[in-house]
Amino acid sequence: MNPLAQIGRVVLHLLAEAGRLSLFLRDAVFMGLLPRWYIRQMAIQFVRIGYNSLPVVGLTAFFTGGVLALQIYIGGTRFNAESLVSSIVALGITRELGPVLAGLMVAGRVSAAIAAEIGTMKVTEQIDALVTLSTNPMKYLVGPRIVAGVVTLPLLVVIADIIGIMGGYIVGIHSLGFNSGAYLKNTVDFLEFKDVTSGLIKSAVFGFIIALMGCYHGFHSRGGAQGVGRATTNAVVSASILILAANYVMTSLLFSE
Amino acid sequence: MAERDTDIHIELRGVRKSFGPKTVLDGIDLKVRRRSSLVIIGGSGSGKSVMLKCIIGLLHPDGGQVLIDGEDTTNLKGRDRDRVMSRFGMLFQSAALFDSLPVWENVAFGLIQGRGVSRRKARDIAIEKLAQVGLGSEVGDLYPAELSGGMQKRVGLARAIAASPEIILFDEPTTGLDPIMGAIIDELIVSTVRDVGATAISITHDMASARRIADEVAMIYHGKIIWHGSIDEIDHSGNPYVDQFIHGRAEGPIRMSVLKE
Repeated sequence: MNPLAQIGRVVLHLLAEAGRLSLFLRDAVFMGLLPRWYIRQMAIQFVRIGYNSLPVVGLTAFFTGGVLALQIYIGGTRFNAESLVSSIVALGITRELGPVLAGLMVAGRVSAAIAAEIGTMKVTEQIDALVTLSTNPMKYLVGPRIVAGVVTLPLLVVIADIIGIMGGYIVGIHSLGFNSGAYLKNTVDFLEFKDVTSGLIKSAVFGFIIALMGCYHGFHSRGGAQGVGRATTNAVVSASILILAANYVMTSLLFSE
Repeated sequence: MAERDTDIHIELRGVRKSFGPKTVLDGIDLKVRRRSSLVIIGGSGSGKSVMLKCIIGLLHPDGGQVLIDGEDTTNLKGRDRDRVMSRFGMLFQSAALFDSLPVWENVAFGLIQGRGVSRRKARDIAIEKLAQVGLGSEVGDLYPAELSGGMQKRVGLARAIAASPEIILFDEPTTGLDPIMGAIIDELIVSTVRDVGATAISITHDMASARRIADEVAMIYHGKIIWHGSIDEIDHSGNPYVDQFIHGRAEGPIRMSVLKE
C-alpha cells in the first residue's frame, strides 16, 4: 500500500468528519435550540442527565477530595507546609478536579446512553418516523439533551465541589489530625469566588460537549447493532478528549491576567 | 371498487438518486391516481425504499421532480415541508414505534406534537384508531416492546392513519410476519385505506400481498420503472422481467446483485 495514499485517506476522512460535525453543530444550535421547545422531553433529560448522575459524580468527588488531602499532606510535610492542605484541596477541587472529573464521569455515563438511544432510533427508522409525523428530530431529540447538559452539569459540579471539599475535610480531621475549626477557616479564607465560577463556566461547556457528542454519533450511526456499539464508543472517547482539550483552552483563557 | 378519479395525485418526473458512485434511482417516471392503491414490486436493493423516501421527502432526489397535486415538492423546506408532510402517513417496515412511549402515545404522536391536540383528546382518538385496527383499549397502555410483530404492525398502521392523511405509504407491510398475519394486515390496509379515503403506495416483494392490496402494480428494476399496469394484467404482462419476478424463478433476465454496497 502506498503510504502517501494512506495519509491522504486519513486526512480526507478527518476533513469529512469535521465538516459533518460542523453541519451538525449548526443544526443543533439553530434548529435544536430555537422554538418550538419540547418541555416534557427537556424535563425527562434533566432527570436522566442531571439527577441520575448524582451518585457517580458524588462518589467520584468524595474520594478525589480525600485522596487529594492525603497527597498534599505527604507533599506538604516535606516543606513544613501541612497547613496548606485545606486551601489546596479547595482550590484543586473547585478549579480543576470537580469540573473535569464530573465532566468525564458524566461523559462516560451520558454520552454513551445518548448515542446508544439515538443510534438505535436511527437504525430502526424511528428518526424517519419522527419526521413523517411532522416533528423535527433536532428539536425533539437534540435540543432537550443539549439544554439539559448545559444546565445540569454546573449544578452537578456545585455538588461535586461541596462533596469533594467534604471528602478532604473528613480525611483531614480523622486521618491527618487537623483541627476542625482551623481546617474550615483555611478553606473559606483562601477560596475566591472566581475559583468556583470558573469551574462552573467550564462545566457548562463540558455539558454541551457531552450532549453534542452523544447526539452526533447517534445520528451518524449505521449498520445495526455493531454500528450502534461503535457510535457509543466514539461518543465517549470523543467527548472525553474534547473535554480535556477544551479544559486546557478555557483554563488558559480564564486565568490569563 | 372505489370510484376511479382520473386526476393524478402523485407524479414523479425523472427522479434520480445516487449514493456515492452507486446509482439507485435512474430516472423514475410514475403517476399515481387519487384514491388508487399502487404496489411497487422489485427485488431487494432495487431502489423501492429509496423511491418511497424520495416521495415523502425523507430523502432529497439528486434530480427530477416529485409533484403532489401538481405542486413541485422536491425542494420544499421548513414550514412548507411540514405542510406537505402532514398530508402523508407512513407505515415503516419494522413499524418504527417509539419504544420510550406507550402505545397510545405512539398512535397520538402526530396529533400531540404535530397538530397541538390536547393529550386527553389525542388519547381518545388513539383508542379509536386502535379499535379500527382491531386492538382493544387495554393495549394502549402497553409499551411497543411488549407487543408481537403483528401487533406492532397494527399499531404502526394506527399511527399512520391517526391524522387522517391523504396519502399513505407502506414499506414492506408483510415482511417478517407469518402468512396468516400477513393476510390480516393486508386486509386491514385495504379497509383502512378505503375508510380514510387515501391514496396508497406500497412496496413489497411478496406477490400474494401485492395481489391483495393492489389496484395497480409497477415494477422497478435497476432504478427504472420497467412495467406499470393494473393488477389484472400482471399475469399477461408480456414482460419477461415481470414474469420472472411474479413466478419467483431463479433463471431469467433479472440478475440479482448479492452485495448491498
